[in-house]
Amino acid sequence: MSLLTLETLSVTRGGRNVFHDISLQLNEGEVIGLIGPNGAGKTTLMRAALGLLPHGGRSSLAELSATDRARSVAWMPQSREIAWPVSVETVVTLGRLPHLGAGQRPGPADRAAIDRAIVGMELSHLRTRPATELSGGEQTRVLIARALAQGTPLLMADEPIAGLDPAHQIATMQTFVALAGQGQSVLVSLHDLGLAVRHCTRLLLLSEGRLVADGPPAEVMTPERIAEVFGISAWYRETEHGPVYQPLEVLR
Amino acid sequence: MTRVLVPLACVVALLFAGSLMVGPAQVGWAESLRALMGGGEGPLPMIMREIRLPRAILAVLIGGSLGLAGAAMQGYLRNPLAEPGLIGVSGSAAFGAVLALQTGFAAMFALALPLAALAGALAAVLLILALAGPRGTSLTLILAGIAISALAAAFTSLVLNLSPNPFAASEIVFWMMGSLADRSMTHVWIILPFMGVGLGLLMALGRGLDALTLGEDAAEAMGINLMRLRLMLIVGTACVVGAGTAVAGAIGFVGLVVPHLLRPLVGARPSRLLWASALGGAVMLLAADIAVRLILPERDLKLGVLTAIIGAPLFLHLIVKTRRARI
Repeated sequence: MSLLTLETLSVTRGGRNVFHDISLQLNEGEVIGLIGPNGAGKTTLMRAALGLLPHGGRSSLAELSATDRARSVAWMPQSREIAWPVSVETVVTLGRLPHLGAGQRPGPADRAAIDRAIVGMELSHLRTRPATELSGGEQTRVLIARALAQGTPLLMADEPIAGLDPAHQIATMQTFVALAGQGQSVLVSLHDLGLAVRHCTRLLLLSEGRLVADGPPAEVMTPERIAEVFGISAWYRETEHGPVYQPLEVLR
Repeated sequence: MTRVLVPLACVVALLFAGSLMVGPAQVGWAESLRALMGGGEGPLPMIMREIRLPRAILAVLIGGSLGLAGAAMQGYLRNPLAEPGLIGVSGSAAFGAVLALQTGFAAMFALALPLAALAGALAAVLLILALAGPRGTSLTLILAGIAISALAAAFTSLVLNLSPNPFAASEIVFWMMGSLADRSMTHVWIILPFMGVGLGLLMALGRGLDALTLGEDAAEAMGINLMRLRLMLIVGTACVVGAGTAVAGAIGFVGLVVPHLLRPLVGARPSRLLWASALGGAVMLLAADIAVRLILPERDLKLGVLTAIIGAPLFLHLIVKTRRARI
């Protein structure tokens, strides 16, 4: 079943085309990496797909009502904002908001989702701490847990692993893979091509407002394309430890 | 949650009773209570029902709504320095009242002054909705509010500047300091509908304000309609602040200090802060209004002056505390 369908989606800002004519379909059980250089339009593409930006073309998520959309997709923006010194548990509980009626308290199903997210992001020992007192990386994990607690078929995250230590970067990607194993899907923008190749089932390569490539990592990450889009060379092998992708040098 | 609300509600009830007992006419509490409940003729029931009761009710209504509006405004802007006067409604309501005092319109009938102030508040709301309307952001709301406040303050100064006699000018200045003295039940009735609408709108914001803790983008993706939320916030704040200023003049610092003081007690959750701040605002204004009557009974100490004198140092203390916590 399709979780997100984009048809000739385009966004124009200040007379400039941020991107145009992007069509794609996200299905169940995928970990999709959205990659591309700075300014390629990754964030804008995700926000437009969610219907948070005025756009041309069609996005299946933007057509839903606000409540239905919040039950279909969880969104973790790039800005790591936690405005008040609320506890970690409170932040994660916010993820259940779309499932609760006005004034309704979280029930057993909600509590279970919150606990799963907290355990999954290794936050149990921080549960009662004010989220604003945590380190940047810990706050990021809290916000990922919040998005996980929303329990939606699709999770969209804008550079969720930026600023995490290596262990938590890998653990977070593995969490996404595990979600895909349960039939959910994750669309994640990221700059670490090594982690993208290793953990994503599919990559979307965005460059100058165009979808340059869409497919399994091995098909997308050809040396010519990477040289053209990123201007780098890389070492890429299928090894006994799985695929290894190591960027090497700047070409221009 | 109830650990905070129940004690606060008890303090409100105690201070409300206290407010009914304080005044130039020295009467025992049993006697005053009998006069209030039993009624009858004579000066005492008159004092209780027409002077002290409206004063206490107005303190609860105005203090509570200022605290609530402050909590809502801080929650929406995600800034502990925000306060209900920020959107320029209190300044414009004051300008409307000042204009009524200056032109003599205020003397024409009993409710002329509050009605003129409400008209000023309405003008400010229409202006702010036009400026920071449907497609606005929190930043446009702040900027529009600053512009409207500045404009209202300039016009108020202009009226004072052109005031033909010093008596009119001093009347205006004293009115602007804010007071609950000599208000009647008619004042209560005139602001009650505005307070009802405003409190209803602001109390309904809790869910959206909680979601906004994670920023506007995240809140919107969680199904919160930000446009509707902003509209409810502006109209609700305008109702309560406009109505409050119309009958009591400008009373500052309640909406700023009360949410700030109570935030740690409710785990910083914006939705929980709404109710707590409403009760806390009522506590602060009732206490201040009792204090002005006890400190200088014969000199008519103005309520707005006292809240600023208490509020400003309290606020400084909070800043120092926050600074220490950061280090």
